[in-house]
Amino acid sequence: MNDMTPTREQREAQLQGMGCKRKRVEDIRFTQGKGNYVDDIKLPGMLYGDFVRSSHAHARIKGIDASKALALPGVIAVLTAEELKGLNLAWMPTLAGDMQMVLADGKVLFQNQEVAFVVAEDRYTAADAIELVEVEYEELPVLVDPWKAMAPDAPVLREDIKDKTEGAHGRREHYNHIFKWQVGDRPGTDEAFARADVTIKETFYYHRTHPCPLETCAALASFDKVKGELTLWGTFQAPHVVRTVASLLSKIPESKIHVIAPDIGGGFGNKVGVYPGYVCAIVASIVTGRPVKWVEDRMENLSTTSFARDYHMTTELAATKDGRITAMRVHVLADHGAFDACADPSKWPAGFMNICTGSYDIPVAHLTVDGVYTNKAPGGVAYRCSFRVTEAVYAIERAIEVLAQKLGMDSVDLRMKNFIRREQFPYQSALGWEYDSGDYYMAMQKALDAVGYKELRAEQARKREAFKRGETRELMGIGVSFFTEIVGAGPSKNCDILGVAMFDSCEIRVHPTGSAIARMGTKTQGQGHETTYAQIIATEIGIPADDIMVEEGNTDTAPYGLGTYGSRSTPVAGAAIAMAARKIKAKAQMIAAYLLEVHEDDLEWDVDRFQVKGLPEKFKTMKDIAWVAYNAPPPGMEPGLEAVSYYDPPNMTYPFGAYICVMDIDVDTGVAKTRRFYALDDCGTRINPMIIEGQVHGGLTEAFAVAMGQEIDYDEAGNVKGASFMDFFLPTAVETPYWETDYTVTPSPHHPIGAKGVGESPHVGGVPCFSNAVNDAFAFLGSTHIQMPHDPWRIWKAAERLGLHQ
Amino acid sequence: MIPGQFAYHRPSSIEQAVRLLADLGDEARPLAGGHSLIPMMKLRMAAPEHLIDLGGIADLKGIRDRGASIIIGAMTTQNELIHSDLLAAKLPIIRETSLLIADPQIRYVGTLGGNVANGDPGNDMPALMMCLDAAYHVAGPSGNRTIKARDFYEGAYFTALQEGEIVTSVEIPVPPAGHGYAYEKLKRKIGDYATAAAAVVLSFSGGKVATCAIGLTNVSETPLLAEEAAEILIGTALDPASIAKAVSAAEAITAPASDGRGPADYRTKMAGVMLSRALQRAARRAAA
Repeated sequence: MNDMTPTREQREAQLQGMGCKRKRVEDIRFTQGKGNYVDDIKLPGMLYGDFVRSSHAHARIKGIDASKALALPGVIAVLTAEELKGLNLAWMPTLAGDMQMVLADGKVLFQNQEVAFVVAEDRYTAADAIELVEVEYEELPVLVDPWKAMAPDAPVLREDIKDKTEGAHGRREHYNHIFKWQVGDRPGTDEAFARADVTIKETFYYHRTHPCPLETCAALASFDKVKGELTLWGTFQAPHVVRTVASLLSKIPESKIHVIAPDIGGGFGNKVGVYPGYVCAIVASIVTGRPVKWVEDRMENLSTTSFARDYHMTTELAATKDGRITAMRVHVLADHGAFDACADPSKWPAGFMNICTGSYDIPVAHLTVDGVYTNKAPGGVAYRCSFRVTEAVYAIERAIEVLAQKLGMDSVDLRMKNFIRREQFPYQSALGWEYDSGDYYMAMQKALDAVGYKELRAEQARKREAFKRGETRELMGIGVSFFTEIVGAGPSKNCDILGVAMFDSCEIRVHPTGSAIARMGTKTQGQGHETTYAQIIATEIGIPADDIMVEEGNTDTAPYGLGTYGSRSTPVAGAAIAMAARKIKAKAQMIAAYLLEVHEDDLEWDVDRFQVKGLPEKFKTMKDIAWVAYNAPPPGMEPGLEAVSYYDPPNMTYPFGAYICVMDIDVDTGVAKTRRFYALDDCGTRINPMIIEGQVHGGLTEAFAVAMGQEIDYDEAGNVKGASFMDFFLPTAVETPYWETDYTVTPSPHHPIGAKGVGESPHVGGVPCFSNAVNDAFAFLGSTHIQMPHDPWRIWKAAERLGLHQ
Repeated sequence: MIPGQFAYHRPSSIEQAVRLLADLGDEARPLAGGHSLIPMMKLRMAAPEHLIDLGGIADLKGIRDRGASIIIGAMTTQNELIHSDLLAAKLPIIRETSLLIADPQIRYVGTLGGNVANGDPGNDMPALMMCLDAAYHVAGPSGNRTIKARDFYEGAYFTALQEGEIVTSVEIPVPPAGHGYAYEKLKRKIGDYATAAAAVVLSFSGGKVATCAIGLTNVSETPLLAEEAAEILIGTALDPASIAKAVSAAEAITAPASDGRGPADYRTKMAGVMLSRALQRAARRAAA
């Protein structure tokens, strides 16, 4: 060896493997405006589609006259439900086992519902033409309040199923009832409540909101009549699922459908489902024989494609007088809008709401969820969270605060007392989950120390006294949340989408000169997969991350996978990567043994090479091995160096974290200023600390938005309010608080690299933390719960109710 | 979010603009910064067939010192207002208010004339102009005239402008040296219209309020001049009791809409809170 020989550390650094703050490789194109999004794609002869939408929330359609639109030069076609019926596509199945209108069939059920699809030579003509389509409506009574959905005289929304007493998830108790989902031990829970020293009951409304990716949903369909092939570009978080659904609906063989998700500008759950725009673009392309593009605008996005939340959660806790929680009971009234289009694994009508016992060792619990129809847009997607996990964590983390208040305890002490202890993992929860690993006490303690919790409480006490003396009009709130996420859906034993098991996949090909390509079943929308996946491979097989290309989104080239949402990419696809890489490594070891003329067992792996144990100067690098694998493999061995892995996870992963927020609230205006926000996340093994930090910043910002003002609301007539950026709260850099991030590392014991996923944790933990801060500010005045969103007027109203403006 | 078809005109003089508006009639709309009109067109709530872009008219630009008053060309942008040394010295409340309008990108394009002439109660400048007792110079088919800001606003998007008239400049009397001023605006986020806002200009003499004018933004169909509230304060030392009385008087003339910014009762109270804070800040800035 001479001086030029790189040291082990230098070789390791060159890999930019796991643990390295590698810069995001995709940002090179994004920051230069060189990304390639659906709307960037232009095909010869391409047409544009635009929707005629309902102005009413509930009305019968008496007639549609498209003659004036069709007479406008440049208009090619106007599709209505009548046209789609010929193809049996007026309705489509939802991921939740319901049927959804593609175009209004006889009636409309929510404002802005798709009524007709106009296809024109350019998008300007299409926009002019939709104004010319005349729709005659007969208004029907509107159902907005989900609490009135099951009243005996409630308007019948879904005439198509009004006499059906069995739904996809069991018995329907009313024509506006979708399902009743029950988990847990009801008699045991009732008994524990009957015996409890202390109980609390509070209804927490987690309001309806909407994921808000920078890029709205879009699709471009091109049907080749000669070959009988359909190519579909779209904003798809799960392109393979779209291909399967498209094949089932259109009867075109899956082999003749090419689904391509190019660069995607954010998803947050908004781009999981299948929307009428996709179906109409496909049908229009088949009908016209030309490519058809559909891109929704912001108001269409906010008011039609997949809302999130809208859970009314009546939450009860039972406890001993010294603060030991003995039982939990939750009833959820879930407002699903006009169709049940929740994007959950098919057997889970309320997602993983049964994670609602949170981070606590609660011996017995019972959960009931009733889903109902209303005259609102369909959806119910997991907006930056695993399925219904933000709702679940909100319920338990608010309930803990209310219980602490009743017990006269600090809520942190109550949490500490009830945490699942480190030695209890793997932990079986009362509602059926097996938590993989955690050290909650250590995380909580680290967070408390970091913010100086005791001093903050002392300061708060002083401020409250000053407030009572009239020396200040500001109240200080300290919000704490401790969350456990459940991500990585999921094990095929309990997770599927329309029967497709929720595995994920990776195919790695090492090229002869030692670079590689990895293709995945997931699809990045900004998460940085091209960066982090390469880091996993780099560490596993010793090829520098810069020499590894990661490709996703093209169903022709990528192995089948279930896509990216619910923080499943790292837990599921990340595992598939490690498993595929290990297959390559195993073959490489055989080749190295052959080349070095030793037994395989006499070799050891060292960063980027196999070396003979005890003789580090005798080695073969992965690069050396790759050349040999193709060009001079050992006798009897197939040439090549590639592998594919389909990974069916044995369990979910359970990231967790401790968040603390300090807020100052002006009681005269209701304006709440976040003075400080500290977030400790434990996502197991950390692949790229910089990307984790970025994910935490983004998730916290969306949590801040949702908790402090972001909502989709309806008036009594079913008019959607606030579906534009004038009202929909999307915080800018000015409003966004400064984030302090921290971490502990508790690897997942069942994951090949111990990683748990992090993209959604900050949202799950952030929302209750902000809400707890607002609520904590007023708790000393006897207030138990103030509903979200905590925009200034609602906070002011809460202060008003407490008599603070006299 | 795609507007209907329209023809675009870009005259180079006020006369040409006035003639175009007269010739094209009802279907023509003047375009200043476009931050109100273009979104309305994209929503197809406005569908003018002709847009007369005033951006090419040199005579509509600039800030001129007339001694007792300052004349600001209608097409002067909010960014230019912010960076004017003359305004900073003589009318600092204009800079303070401009900085609370939307965001820097919008202020590069948004104009004073567009802001005052559109009649949108959410705009910040109208209440300030009423507070400052500004006058709008107007050109139209029957010649030029001047309308006081205090007489200009008739309803939401309804103003004293006659058909074919455009605001060419805004003339503002310079308040006395040593005056106190403040513009207090409550908004949900950068870029939002006011939940409520208050403009105050006052002066003291011998420790008592000598002059006082109050404008209120976005708490009624039009911007409001709170005359009674101002009257109550004259001759007082701006003590808490007087402020409370003035706030009540100001609240009494509000009639805000309930919207995403909050219900009407909240917005009325916020007008009061903003006024109270503006008065106290103006007082701190004023010479005794």
